[in-house]
Amino acid sequence: MADERTPRLEMRGISKTFPGVKALNNVQLKAWGGEVLALMGENGAGKSTLMKILSGAYQADPGGQLMIDGTPVAISDPIAAKQQGISIIYQELALAPNLTVAENIYLGTEPARGGRIDRKAMREGCRPVLERLGAPFGPDTVVGGLSIAEQQLVEITRALHAKSKILVLDEPTTALSSRETDRLFGLVRQLRADGIALIYISHRMAEVYELADRVSVLRDGGYVGTLTRDELSAESLVKMMVGRDLSSFYTKTEKPQDSRGPVILEVQDITDGGRRVKPCSLQLHQGEVLGIAGLVGSGRTELARLIYGADPKTGGKVALNGSVLTVHGPEDALAAGIAYLTEDRKGLGLFLDLPCGTNINLGVIERDAKRGGVLDLPAGRRRAADAFKALRVRAASPAVTVGSLSGGNQQKVLLSRWLETGPKVLILDEPTRGVDIGAKSEIYRIIDELSQRGIGVIVISSELPEIIGTCDRVLVMREGHIAGEVGGPGGAPITQENIMAYGAGAAAQAA
Amino acid sequence: MSDVNEKSAAVAMPAPGTTTTDSTTAATVASGGAGLSSRQVQIRSIVQAIGMLPVLIILAIAFHYLGEGRFLTAQNLSIVAQQAAINCVLGAGMTFVILTGGIDLSVGSMLAASAMAALIVSLVPGWGLLGVPAALLTGLFFGLINGSLVAFAGLPPFIVTLGSLTAVRGLARLMGSDTTIFNPDLSFAAIGNATIPITAGFGIPVLAIIALVVIVVSWFVLRRTVLGVWIYAVGGNPAAARLSGIKVWRILLFVYCVSGLLAGLGGVMSAARLYAANGLQLGQSYELDAIAAVILGGTSFVGGIGSIWGTLIGALIIAVLSNGLTLLGVSDIWQFIVKGLVIIGAVALDRARLQGNART
Repeated sequence: MADERTPRLEMRGISKTFPGVKALNNVQLKAWGGEVLALMGENGAGKSTLMKILSGAYQADPGGQLMIDGTPVAISDPIAAKQQGISIIYQELALAPNLTVAENIYLGTEPARGGRIDRKAMREGCRPVLERLGAPFGPDTVVGGLSIAEQQLVEITRALHAKSKILVLDEPTTALSSRETDRLFGLVRQLRADGIALIYISHRMAEVYELADRVSVLRDGGYVGTLTRDELSAESLVKMMVGRDLSSFYTKTEKPQDSRGPVILEVQDITDGGRRVKPCSLQLHQGEVLGIAGLVGSGRTELARLIYGADPKTGGKVALNGSVLTVHGPEDALAAGIAYLTEDRKGLGLFLDLPCGTNINLGVIERDAKRGGVLDLPAGRRRAADAFKALRVRAASPAVTVGSLSGGNQQKVLLSRWLETGPKVLILDEPTRGVDIGAKSEIYRIIDELSQRGIGVIVISSELPEIIGTCDRVLVMREGHIAGEVGGPGGAPITQENIMAYGAGAAAQAA
Repeated sequence: MSDVNEKSAAVAMPAPGTTTTDSTTAATVASGGAGLSSRQVQIRSIVQAIGMLPVLIILAIAFHYLGEGRFLTAQNLSIVAQQAAINCVLGAGMTFVILTGGIDLSVGSMLAASAMAALIVSLVPGWGLLGVPAALLTGLFFGLINGSLVAFAGLPPFIVTLGSLTAVRGLARLMGSDTTIFNPDLSFAAIGNATIPITAGFGIPVLAIIALVVIVVSWFVLRRTVLGVWIYAVGGNPAAARLSGIKVWRILLFVYCVSGLLAGLGGVMSAARLYAANGLQLGQSYELDAIAAVILGGTSFVGGIGSIWGTLIGALIIAVLSNGLTLLGVSDIWQFIVKGLVIIGAVALDRARLQGNART
């Protein structure tokens, strides 16, 4: 579109060398006002580095050019970027939770009158933008009480209030429910209509299809190319991103309908007293991949945590291979053979400052230990090396801290920890969140392998294609209870429509 | 952790589908520090392990020259070792606690109470040696209370141990009816005063040997046992530790017990050295020296990062400063000022050196 117009932002020949390595090599990027440019690439492709150069956090190597409205500019620090009208909204929101919306919007630029902050001017100043964006909160609301989606809106308000012409959204939907995502998309379209140049970074194909006017792809620190909207297709994008065909992106071995294994895990009326999870029952068969779908906040994670013993249950029971378990905490579930991969990799899963090897071995060091709790170091090293090989973890060695790895490799390390424990039942909560496409397809391959080995796998996911592509049977949760089931012998086919119908409550209303 | 020094070849897998070596490197590297070669990882781990050692060496050499050759003599070094010993033992306990992200402000008071217990029991005719276990148990008891309040009641360690800093100090005074207890015939006085002769006229003080044993045992527990890994895990990410099946309360209880027990040992050492204990004065502000030793040693205040060798070096730096400044005739008042500034300066230097991967 509009290639004759001067681009709002043009980056040309951008390289970035870190000591000993080239993170970006001669990358280019063009963004016009009034369009959404999607920036795609695997984790580690260089998207973040490029955006950090745009935001002034990093300096590009000499030789590159950055132009705004055709004029070369130098962005030496984040303040300069702001003055050039560049705003970046990161995955991790940068708001002060104890301050009000207005105070956050004016942070650092508070209007003063006679040496005192002019609160009235602040309130009135941000009201028009809040109204224009249809914010459901006022300038005096304290930010800490807002949902993630609303906080995002505060950040966008702040960017618009600062008269930003270029707005970068870095994986904005990661923490949003689908309803909130829809609202965000509406907002993005509105901003596009207002003539703002939007750069949208996402791993999710569906979002890119829905929003993007053009898609630029980076791979291994280099610029691969740009597709316009009519050239866009899943195959071409994936090929550009990973440099090869992903003919079998999802690996699911179809099992004959009547060959289902015996029930391995049986959950009966488990509940936390109705706070987040109303009494839920489910059965998991040996070698089955059971999906749990539903909107964010429908109680999927909470149900998994109850089964795993991470939160106390007030009622119900969990039986493994027919015998009822007494679970006081995760250690009991683990000992019985239930493992749980958290959705919050960094917060609840990994020990970022510890080496990959330790992270992998953590679940089994006690089992491996010699008498008196003395570590069996060679065993640990062997396990780590084997796990690295089996899951194709890309890192120099298991001795590097896991925090220095990319999201996909971190996830593989965390997954290894649970695989090493040799679980009978493995619960995977958002197993591919924040993971690049290459690692994604490898995780799908692992899920398939596990089910073939007779392990019962539960996959919790917000991405329906993932659920459909990996699961044999799907439970759909809504408002803390299991609203329906699709797939399995004699069940309705696993389709987006069937799952959505239960998840949104349409089926219940129709009945 | 322990496998940092592992020499196994890089297990880096080439990025699937990438063909040229160039792009493989770029892919590995762009994914963060993962691009470091194992050699770089090794160098970095060595730099981290050495930590404050250069500062210690520079200080020692400086004092030697300024003190006209009186510092680096066998005799003076043996005194330094003796001076560092008790702080080293307290610092070892403090390392366990700080590695879990906690703090133990009560070690000085626990040391005083333990020393009182040691002397009181040592006066029992014929059973004087029982003063040693009495002191250890006293320290362990207070550590157990600290640990229980942190692990079960979920109270912040700073508050709990600030409380016991005051309360245990009061108890220590109460034990001796606020007087100094003497025992000129202390049966375990050798602990505080004997030396193991190496050559004629020179020996290694028993106090220093005890401190070294404590450091080595601590190293073994932290780096070579399951418990040690759990301590680092709990300090690094308590929520993840719990989800990994670690009983976090046990670990917390354990580290405060270690700190209490070692404060008890410090009490024995101090009582043995002085033949006396005073509930009011003994161990005053020892907790600050112990914390300073741990911080100088590069252990992170938020937990999960650090090493016991660092604490040893930290304790030695503090002892070298005191000894060296006294040797130079610097007044007590200026010693305080210089010590404080050196601690801040040394840590600032350390942060600059490890920029990027350091947390306070």
